[in-house]
Amino acid sequence: MSQYILRRLLIAVPSLLGISLVLFVVLALAPGDPFSELATNPNVPPEVGAALRAKFGLDDPIYLRYVHWLSAMVQGDWGFSFVSRMNVGALILQRVPVTLYVIGSAQLLALVIAIPIGVYAAMRPYSLFDQVANTLAFIGFSLPTFFTGLLFILVFSVKLDWLPFVYTTDIKGTGIAWLGEQIRQAIMPVMVLGLFQAASMTRFVRSAVLDVIRLDYVTTARAKGLGQATVIVKHVLRNAMIPVVTLIALQIPAVFGGAIVTEQIFRIPGIGSLLISSILANDTPVVMAVTFVFAGLVVLFNLIADVLYGWLDPRISLR
Amino acid sequence: MLDTELRTMIDGVKDGRMDRRAFVQRMIGLGLTAPMATQLLAIGGVAMAETPSPYKPTKRGGGGPLKLLWWQGPTLLNPHFATGTKDQDGSRLFYEPLACWDPDGNMKLVLAAEIPSLQNGGLSADGKSVTWKLKPGVKWHDGKPFTADDVVFNWEYASDPATSALTIATYRDITVEKVDDLTVRILFKNPTPFWADAFVGAPNAIIPKHLFADYKGAKSREAPNNLSPIGTGPYKFIEFKPGDLVRGELNPDYHMPNRPYFDTVEMKGGGDAVSAARAVIQTGEYDFGYNIQVEDDVLLRLEKGGKGKAIYAVGGDTEFIALNFTDPNTEVDGERSSIKTKHPLFSDPAVRKALSLLVDREAVKKVIYGRAGRTTANFLNGPEKFVSKNTTWEFSIEKASKILDDAGWKPGADGIREKDGKKLKLLYQTSINGPRQKTQAIVKQACQKAGIDVELKSVVASVFFSSDVGNPDTYAKFYADIEMFQIPMTQPDPTQHMRRFISANVTTKENKWQGQNFPRYVNKEYDALVAAAESEVDPVKRASLYIKANDLLIQDTVFIPVQHRLKVEAAANTLRPVVSGWANETDNLFDWYREATG
Repeated sequence: MSQYILRRLLIAVPSLLGISLVLFVVLALAPGDPFSELATNPNVPPEVGAALRAKFGLDDPIYLRYVHWLSAMVQGDWGFSFVSRMNVGALILQRVPVTLYVIGSAQLLALVIAIPIGVYAAMRPYSLFDQVANTLAFIGFSLPTFFTGLLFILVFSVKLDWLPFVYTTDIKGTGIAWLGEQIRQAIMPVMVLGLFQAASMTRFVRSAVLDVIRLDYVTTARAKGLGQATVIVKHVLRNAMIPVVTLIALQIPAVFGGAIVTEQIFRIPGIGSLLISSILANDTPVVMAVTFVFAGLVVLFNLIADVLYGWLDPRISLR
Repeated sequence: MLDTELRTMIDGVKDGRMDRRAFVQRMIGLGLTAPMATQLLAIGGVAMAETPSPYKPTKRGGGGPLKLLWWQGPTLLNPHFATGTKDQDGSRLFYEPLACWDPDGNMKLVLAAEIPSLQNGGLSADGKSVTWKLKPGVKWHDGKPFTADDVVFNWEYASDPATSALTIATYRDITVEKVDDLTVRILFKNPTPFWADAFVGAPNAIIPKHLFADYKGAKSREAPNNLSPIGTGPYKFIEFKPGDLVRGELNPDYHMPNRPYFDTVEMKGGGDAVSAARAVIQTGEYDFGYNIQVEDDVLLRLEKGGKGKAIYAVGGDTEFIALNFTDPNTEVDGERSSIKTKHPLFSDPAVRKALSLLVDREAVKKVIYGRAGRTTANFLNGPEKFVSKNTTWEFSIEKASKILDDAGWKPGADGIREKDGKKLKLLYQTSINGPRQKTQAIVKQACQKAGIDVELKSVVASVFFSSDVGNPDTYAKFYADIEMFQIPMTQPDPTQHMRRFISANVTTKENKWQGQNFPRYVNKEYDALVAAAESEVDPVKRASLYIKANDLLIQDTVFIPVQHRLKVEAAANTLRPVVSGWANETDNLFDWYREATG
């Protein structure tokens, strides 16, 4: 097992390097530059724009810039944002708590909805409950998040005036009031995102459980006289959850990538919106840092998913 | 004729025969903006007084929180590094300039004690120096006193090329010297009629010497106060998250009495203009939303909710269509749209004239801009002093067709006009933006009816406005026949605006397409007018020179003005904001208050 892990980690290093090289080259070749707003500003003479580009090394050849960036990254210096002249690491860390809170809650909500519904639907396949659950799931993941987001805003914020739709990261006060306010403003984005994820997960859980529930040993367990609840939880779920757990492990990096559309609609200052605004502003250091972190997380969680799969299912041997 | 009339009036005001107010009204009647009218008076020798402020509250504080929604959040808080108005707006919460512009375009004193004029010795008769007297007793947020040393330091900081300050153009051709602790003098190399550029307005706010002295030059980006400003402004800094949030609290030692009204200020960033309008006008979650570039009918629908409304400020921003005087489809020495070529279709003035008759400005205003736009025949739409009354606009497909027929452009078999084997086909480009795409459609339709084939192209704004040398789709490269966008007027004076189009500034491959004359217009008469205007100290003569320059641009159809655009903001019904078309939205923040009823 440990050999397997070590080998996978060693393989991860060149793949991460390759990813960073591709990212860097693509960004360097993309049109636009961070100082585009200066062009139409009559107060800014062109030499200043040129001087800034030289200062940030934008005029050096690509390989030189890549080497600079790589050596800095390895030493832990993630660079300076061109746009806000702030340390990139600090910029990302500012956004992590919000991302974890909102997007993380959405994933949890998705799990809480998907697993019970998926299991129950699989227990009574093609019944009314199953039909309804399936239809809702299809509708859920066919409707894009910007549509459901806008719908929620129109209903809950504009018509009913129950919930605020602009997310603020600083709410004053302590205790219950503070908590209440945090929950109030997070309800809509969490619901929008959570329901979307839940829809696809429900289908997946349902099919995973269906696969297991018709196997012989389940019939044996029932014949033994065990209650339905025990059969489901102790026997069926343990096997059905193996693919589901790996799916969840693979989705966790997505939590960090954030849900870009939802963050735009509700103005949530998460990592996804940082990525989008940096791409639009051609702020290369930030884009590199965020996508590199994301790539690293994907590689890591892939490894965790594989290990978990091997540990949960003794029939799988990791070589 | 204009000259003598103006001069008589100025003398009238000086001798007390004419009321200042009446003078300004007459100037507005003649088409001059108030800032220019006031400047006319100043150099004409009349002492300037500030207009009384509309501020009502009688004590400091107690107004609760002020929530501002900027859908492009500020990314840094040092005015000298601001790449756009959003950063200047954020910095302006904490930093202040010597003076700013109010909605009428008059000067509003902030850190200065009085407006410089010929009377009080602030302005020199030869136009080569300005002396500012500073307000006594002003303190920085950390308690240190504000003195002339800070003003001089800002000049040194910005004019040092190693600092790479984006405000360098304002400061590098002047000299600033300290006369005493509360007086500074600015010296210009040449007579400078518009002396109110340096240290005026949000872009030129003043940073403290004692915190930035160690960070001049190459170390400028390392200053910790770049992200936590200490200024003299009405609010003290609390926190800043780039692109997301700026927060401030009331400054109890603020130098203006009974101000500010609000206890805290919060500027939130992100999202888009429509949801910003919704958050202010429909749900009332925010008090003020900036730059609401949304179609007017959408705004009208939102306003039915009754919590907020759209407010407008008049400035000089003009949305225009520029014509390319060179050929974008011929390559000379590896350069397209080269100054060595002439545009095959536009070198015929009849074609240009016909095109100017095919832009239905009334429809564009009605359908797209609504209350946020005004039809205009001028490229220069403000200050009113400089707006020409000699131009008119017209929309007539029949007239355009007739002009083209008379010039020999006859419709071919496919309905497109042609002459000598050249077809009237145009490529029309602009940036991606709802109202702009709709305008393109309107113009294309009219052109089709007149027999001109128009191909539409739209480019992502971050690429269209970039100075990227390698990209063919920038507005500067102008690889199209006509392009449409807006150059905002950032101060109530046409100098920078009109200086762009002299022959020396033609955009070429040689100057890496950084030259600002993107239509590549070459006209010695225009050059002479602009050169004369820049050194003309007599404001009356100066105004008429710029009016003549504008007329030339319109006559030669270098630009087809589409709309004189107003600034559109969203405000809660109970808020009393002060927004000027000549200043940043937060420039007059100290005068904002809330009234109980909407």
